[in-house]
Amino acid sequence: MSELETHAAEIAEQFSDQLEIPQEDVEERLYTLVEEYRVPLEEARRSVVSHYLEEAGMERDELGHGDNEETLLGDIGEDEQWVDLRVTVADLWEPGHDSIAQVGLVGDESGTMKFVAFDTSDLPKLEEGKSYALSNVVTDEYEGSFSVKLNKTTGITELDEVIEVGDDAVTVEGALVDVQSGSGLIKRCPEEDCTRVLQNGRCSEHGQVEGEFDLRIKAVLDDGMDVHEVIFDKETTEELTGIDLDEAKQMAQDALDTTVVVEEMIGDLLGQYFRVTGPVFSRFVLVDEFERLSEPADPEAVLIKARSI
Amino acid sequence: MSSNDTPMREVARRAFATEFNDASHTFKESDDERAPAYQLLPTGEKANRVFFVGTLTEKEDIGDDNEYWRGRIVDPTGTFFVYAGQYQPEAASALRELEPPAYVAVVGKPRTYETDDGNVNVSVRPESITVVDAATRDRWVVETAERTIERVAAFDDEGSEAQDASGSRSSSGYNEYARMAADRYDLDPQQYLDHAVEALQSMEGAKSADADETAETESEPTP
Repeated sequence: MSELETHAAEIAEQFSDQLEIPQEDVEERLYTLVEEYRVPLEEARRSVVSHYLEEAGMERDELGHGDNEETLLGDIGEDEQWVDLRVTVADLWEPGHDSIAQVGLVGDESGTMKFVAFDTSDLPKLEEGKSYALSNVVTDEYEGSFSVKLNKTTGITELDEVIEVGDDAVTVEGALVDVQSGSGLIKRCPEEDCTRVLQNGRCSEHGQVEGEFDLRIKAVLDDGMDVHEVIFDKETTEELTGIDLDEAKQMAQDALDTTVVVEEMIGDLLGQYFRVTGPVFSRFVLVDEFERLSEPADPEAVLIKARSI
Repeated sequence: MSSNDTPMREVARRAFATEFNDASHTFKESDDERAPAYQLLPTGEKANRVFFVGTLTEKEDIGDDNEYWRGRIVDPTGTFFVYAGQYQPEAASALRELEPPAYVAVVGKPRTYETDDGNVNVSVRPESITVVDAATRDRWVVETAERTIERVAAFDDEGSEAQDASGSRSSSGYNEYARMAADRYDLDPQQYLDHAVEALQSMEGAKSADADETAETESEPTP
């Protein structure tokens, strides 16, 4: 097939759900533009697609992208790619905005990823725990982490088989050598879908707001070779420090200062060894499980290593 | 990806006190005024930050007008000296409150100071000092012995096809900082391996070790 024929076939495929277009028809239109009017092929393609969009009364974003590669979530590494997925709905979250129909986590053997379905796409609702084949979803990147967006053209087919959700958690260990700023009793922006941590009562997006209290610890684990930044959320922070949100608020109220909370916490954390497990988000490990490494160290294994030199 | 936005946090190296105190050479890797300063460990590693655990045996406020605390912290091989003043308020207040003897964990930056007679004293400017228990101290001794042994094992890597067993060296296999250490110091890395082995043998768990085998290891010269 010539390059022109390939493009023609792809365009015909893209419209196959809406229009019955003979491939020759597409080829002829492309040929006229490219050969007679010397239009670059990409531009010619765009023009031909526009013509058929008009004919079908469709918007450009309703257009399918033909046959996409069936992709594993773990292989997604580029923004705005059209992919097909076979996934299980691992978690559904409360949509933070009216424009969002559904938001949550989908997973396959390679791990999990956030998905969003918009109200305007008018798609059937996904159910938690069920497996689906999703065609024509678009990848999205924000600060290095990826999500997938469902859209009007997304095909949703419930599967009989169960797609196993893989574990994309990592385990890291080391000495806790630093507790970073923004730890302890913090305030988050209360705006819908915004959970930014406030700096001096200000949200970087929404300005001065009345914040909502939360607990977290941002820490650094270091094993002498690598450093890992880890985040304990409210639940794991409470478990780690034995201080819950109410106590933390009381401490801050008594001292008229929120920083007393983190100061109280760090004495029992810095210099201790931990092993933590959780998914990686951006450059952080989000701690699901942790363990204080207090078992007696075993010098024998290292002595054997020394003797082998 | 996003790691280019913020400079990478420096790893806290593990070294016993004898090696740390021998590490008198410091250097920078760029002309930038804010470029990090590194201490060169004699076993061939750069250290911008260290982490150690030991017994605080003495503390003294040696400041004149302002508080300036000096602490002696002992590990199985020697003594770390830490100095904390008004610019290290957390560490200074920790030293003020602590009653020796106590097991402490220290995160800090290596500092060197040249005395009038030309010697270079190496000390630590602590970022944090916290009280820990004996199990944490033991874990640090084993970990530090392991890191030291790995460094000595990789010391002679010249970047030939022979990769070292630990696999932790740079992919090229050429041990740049070991070459720098061989160039700068007249210190045999083997002695730090011996210290690491002695530190391990001094621990409770190792006392049951076969005495013959121990003696053999100590007397056997390593090529």
